[in-house]
Amino acid sequence: MSKRILAVDDSKTMRDMVSFTLKGAGFEVLEAHDGQHALTVLGDEKVNLVITDVNMPNMDGLSLVRAVRSHPVHRSTPVLVLTTEGDAAKKSEGREAGATGWIVKPFAPEKLLQVVQKVCV
Amino acid sequence: MDDFEQFKSTFFAECSELLADLENDLELLQGEFYDKETLNSIFRAVHSIKAGAGAFQFKALVKFSHAFEALLDLLRNDEIPVVEAVVTVLFHASDVLAQMIELARDGQEPESGYGAETLAELDAIRFTARPADAAASANAASPDAALSNGEDAPDGMTTFLIKFLPRAEMFQHANEPLLLVREMAQLGQLSATPSLDRLPDLDTIDPEQAYLSWDFVLKAACSIQDVEEVFEFVVDDAELTIEIEKSEAPAAIEVTEESALPAGVESKNADTRSGRPAQVSSIRVDLDRIDRLVNMVGELVITQSMLSQQTNDMPEERFVPVVRGLEELALHTRELQESVMAIRMQPVKSVFARMPRLVRELATQLSKKVRLEISGENTEVDKTVVEEISDPITHMIRNSLDHGLETPEERIAAGKPEEGVITLSAEHRSGRILIVIRDDGKGINREVVLRKARERGIVAPEQNLSNEEIDNLIFAAGFSTADAVTDVSGRGVGMDVVKRNVQSLGGRINIQSTPGAGTSFTMMLPLTLAVMDGMIVAVGGEKYVLPITAIVECLRPQREALSRLPNGLELVQVRGEYIPLVYLCRAFRLNGGIQNPSEGLVVLVDSDRFGRIGIVVDELLGQQQVVIKSLEANYDPVPGLSGATILGNGRVAAILDVEGLCEDSGTDLGSAASIQGASRAHEVATSQNETREASQ
Repeated sequence: MSKRILAVDDSKTMRDMVSFTLKGAGFEVLEAHDGQHALTVLGDEKVNLVITDVNMPNMDGLSLVRAVRSHPVHRSTPVLVLTTEGDAAKKSEGREAGATGWIVKPFAPEKLLQVVQKVCV
Repeated sequence: MDDFEQFKSTFFAECSELLADLENDLELLQGEFYDKETLNSIFRAVHSIKAGAGAFQFKALVKFSHAFEALLDLLRNDEIPVVEAVVTVLFHASDVLAQMIELARDGQEPESGYGAETLAELDAIRFTARPADAAASANAASPDAALSNGEDAPDGMTTFLIKFLPRAEMFQHANEPLLLVREMAQLGQLSATPSLDRLPDLDTIDPEQAYLSWDFVLKAACSIQDVEEVFEFVVDDAELTIEIEKSEAPAAIEVTEESALPAGVESKNADTRSGRPAQVSSIRVDLDRIDRLVNMVGELVITQSMLSQQTNDMPEERFVPVVRGLEELALHTRELQESVMAIRMQPVKSVFARMPRLVRELATQLSKKVRLEISGENTEVDKTVVEEISDPITHMIRNSLDHGLETPEERIAAGKPEEGVITLSAEHRSGRILIVIRDDGKGINREVVLRKARERGIVAPEQNLSNEEIDNLIFAAGFSTADAVTDVSGRGVGMDVVKRNVQSLGGRINIQSTPGAGTSFTMMLPLTLAVMDGMIVAVGGEKYVLPITAIVECLRPQREALSRLPNGLELVQVRGEYIPLVYLCRAFRLNGGIQNPSEGLVVLVDSDRFGRIGIVVDELLGQQQVVIKSLEANYDPVPGLSGATILGNGRVAAILDVEGLCEDSGTDLGSAASIQGASRAHEVATSQNETREASQ
């Protein structure tokens, strides 16, 4: 069975690009447009990885990371945070929240896949 | 990154929405009714634009949106107060951003230095609050500097000695050592020695703890940065040392854990409240698909009306179920058509939302005080109409502010409140949208308007015009009442262009003015450009469609009301006004059309350049909603026709273009244009004769 990844971003462009890249590499991709939506999409379904943007309406990416970390089913699911330009502050905030790692936007498809390989079991 | 090319159109569509939101939110910032979420939302809009721009490598856009975003970040974190001066800069920045996006969409690079001024303004505000950023920004000029001071790419193999002791936090962050080992193994030859020293007995083992550690030896043709990158996400959650094994100068680079971050740092953005209006769940659909759908439904409507026309002749009692079925089909078809049209409907809000800002800026520029009142911004019209009304509305508001409203001093002198009011409203009225722009200014100065019109030869010196006609002169080509061409009015576009644009959309525009009390522009537009209410007329056995909007009235003139000028131009007298006639049968060279208007019908229509015209037809067949088919797309443009439609009997009927028709019926009408408004026959005759004499 192919691995499932949930891509969370309020920008459709970003979702499309992440999804396109991952599907091309054989992943199954779920999409959500903000943190709350992501939690709804997740439900109790097992996913192998969550990739989330930080700045989103309703529930931002860091709150989502915290929610995932305290979730009975998903607490050990890796979560990658999408940040722009290697912003050290954002990275450490992400880590504090419990993120597994980060991807710096804009990313090349290969880079995204490389990072995904690094955290996706 | 070419794989991503296909997402550009999504990106630009998203940008349009984000820019509209941005504009809206910035408007809110001006008032008192904004909250934290407004700032967050502004930040997100710019942030999303930046991220997309980065993906498509629009470098200028990235650079600008970065500075914009950086300032917004400080604003939303209360590091800089939201004051008017800052908001003004934000507005400028949003303009530059919109412009840059437009250029990017057209595949162009902005000129070097474009937006530099605004960029400097953004940075100035930011750096005043955060001097450290200025230094960082200066350093950022050489972003690759950090990369060059490591190991140079090694020619041969390097041996790395890596000690790796994960802590429990690493697992809590869902990092997996096995994957790191796998990644290292991809770099080169890897051997691993696990250490089980810290592993307790099974009965005391805590499954949430980390007990294992490893010593790795990696022989690889890579730099130490490559190895460090493998552990990028875990350096803070593990004890890690990476050394290069070299006989001389063992350059050890130790990556130790950072001192613990302050505990309990709450995210500043943990704002999960849903204070914003509930989001409408929506999907984005390519416009082409919708157009195809609209087209198909159009075909369906035609087929349906063909079917029902044919069953009209059937003996109803014998085919009751068929007739019932067809009636139902008609009902459902109409509903389907309405629903499909509704897909393309959008509120005029996106256009109206831009106006407060326009008014504010103009008012400052003109030193006038004005309040803009908007109503009906949720009125919906077809997307194409929304796109087209922006310019006319902008222009009319500009006009009202520049020419209509007085200065505060003048207003006080006239006994009016110092602050002028411009109202902009939209509403649905009888299947059309009515947009009214009203000001409480000084109204149109008819003396000045008439004098200018005479000076410019728009009105003949001896012509007497009614107040309404004088008011409407401001729509005449080449007319501008501004004594001095100001920044505001001198844009090279006159009200005549506005009127033409509105008419090309199948709409009408009117002006009413009361001296001293103000002026109002009324714009009536169709809700959609895909269907139209048409009057089917018959001429010489052919059927044509006249847009209902163009029709003023229909009449069968008495023989006495008809007259002919020496140059052959025929006129009909209607309530004392002489109106030139155009024979459809002659215009389209049809045989058998009625040649005497008193036996047929005259349809009075308003044309832009030729004023009121009477079109002579055989008979009126009735009013019908028709689906507009493009002639250009399916055949060739034909003068006098704006399109075609398919009638219930399956035959094609041409849709008349009043303007083109008048133009095509010869130069006679051209001279007739100058006689519009003449109220007596001899005046007409005289002026025609003069024209003739002058040209001889």
